[in-house]
Amino acid sequence: MRGIGGRLLGYAVGFISLFALWYVAAVYFVDSVLFPPPGQVLLKAVELARSGVLEENIVISLRRIFLGFIVGSFIGIPVGLCIGSFQLVRQFLEPYTEFLRFIPSTALITVAVIWFGIGEESKIFLIAYTTIFVVIINTAAGVGAIAPNKIRAAQSLGATRAEIFFLVALPATIPYILTGMRLAMANSFTAIIAAELVASNAGLGKMIWDARLYMLVDEIFVALLVLGLLGFAADRTFRWGIRAFAGRFTPVM
Amino acid sequence: MTVIDRHRERVTAAAKDQSPASPTGATVHFKNVSKIYRSLKGTDYVALKDFDLKIKAGEFFCLLGTSGCGKTTALNLAAGFEPPTEGAIDIGGRAIRGPGADRGVVFQGDDSLYPWLTARGNVEFGSRIRSLRRHERQERAREYLRLVGLPGQDDKYPTELSGGMKQRIQIARVLANEPEMLLMDEPFAALDAQTRAVMQRELIRIWRAAGTTVLFITHDIDEAIVLATRIGVMHAGPASRIRNVVDVNLDEGARKRTDPKFMNIYREVYDMIDEEMAVTRRTSA
Repeated sequence: MRGIGGRLLGYAVGFISLFALWYVAAVYFVDSVLFPPPGQVLLKAVELARSGVLEENIVISLRRIFLGFIVGSFIGIPVGLCIGSFQLVRQFLEPYTEFLRFIPSTALITVAVIWFGIGEESKIFLIAYTTIFVVIINTAAGVGAIAPNKIRAAQSLGATRAEIFFLVALPATIPYILTGMRLAMANSFTAIIAAELVASNAGLGKMIWDARLYMLVDEIFVALLVLGLLGFAADRTFRWGIRAFAGRFTPVM
Repeated sequence: MTVIDRHRERVTAAAKDQSPASPTGATVHFKNVSKIYRSLKGTDYVALKDFDLKIKAGEFFCLLGTSGCGKTTALNLAAGFEPPTEGAIDIGGRAIRGPGADRGVVFQGDDSLYPWLTARGNVEFGSRIRSLRRHERQERAREYLRLVGLPGQDDKYPTELSGGMKQRIQIARVLANEPEMLLMDEPFAALDAQTRAVMQRELIRIWRAAGTTVLFITHDIDEAIVLATRIGVMHAGPASRIRNVVDVNLDEGARKRTDPKFMNIYREVYDMIDEEMAVTRRTSA
């Protein structure tokens, strides 16, 4: 087993090679103002960070993702548990989930803006929407994947239905719930940028859109770089959280 | 007072009372039980037909048969996981209506353990449901973990333990609930030969101490003769039932393969199993 130092070294080497590749591609192969090399983008990033624009947009986008993600998870987890546990609920709710999950959140942007305006509400709605179905499906699948013997053992130890639900089904499903949330997090990044591109007055998507109007290609790249780093950081944090707090719920994560 | 003492006391008290059924063990009666499974295509499979069997209180009964003969079906019916299609099963004179804490089940694999709980957490599960006080729960879990030979492993998670140790946790978890009856579905089948031999010895010791009725499923003739007071040999499936019941009147010292009395019983049971296997070959050919 490599220690944390080894893992960090691995990441560092990976990132350096990524930037090196980008540099070589931009300077030697494309050689165009439309594809800035990493150095130029980093200088631009520093400039935008100094002026406070970058931080402001990051905070706005992250806040929207976070709130929508929380709302979506809070709705998705109990619904998924019910769908997985009760045949009747599954039959009743499947038309909703199976119908709605094929309408991508990007297709709902215009409707969301008409309903909730171009402010926070429409963004949080879209992120929650994109989160809910991934979480529901994973949670329900997790309930379905519980080994029947786990339930039977509890029955033979005298557990009631409610006790089986809270003491067996719920903890056994936690790894699936967390995996669903992790996938939803990735989807949230797509949804927020699309929403901010189309209709917004702030955020990283808006920053990309504005930069496009003035042909500020390096500013677009700053936003892209930041998105990649934020997504990477969010996913690692999530995975770290899973390991630290829920590692014992599952042997492999 | 240790668990074994407590059980001994209870068992001897029961003997003094001359009560028909000891409070720790219960009689089990399969009354002309049939079980039919319906497949998704709608065809019926008759697993058990006219399955009739009486297990005495405090007895160690091994159900032996070729694979697919319906041994596990019989155990699942006794556990109450599935209802019989026809007939009924009584435990201590009461008809079974679903699973209950009076019948503890030990499963073949480790997938019945809760990986998010420690060894102690798993063993405490039944006590938690019965809302015993915390220190009583812990005390009891510690005692039973010691009884099954897992002292000092209380805080380990199942994934950190070997297959044999995990089966010990299952047994401790069931015993800590003090059931009238133990239902064991090939609990040692996945273990290596050495560990299995150790576990068999331990199980006999625990059974002597606890005095519960045991229904033990196996396809291993050796194992059945080492453990059982009686062996029920089943017909080959489908529509299986009891073929013969063999008494195993062996002293502790005679329960090993090299003993002539052991070998006699082995030969007798082996011939029955051999005939049943021939039936299976004929019907499937």
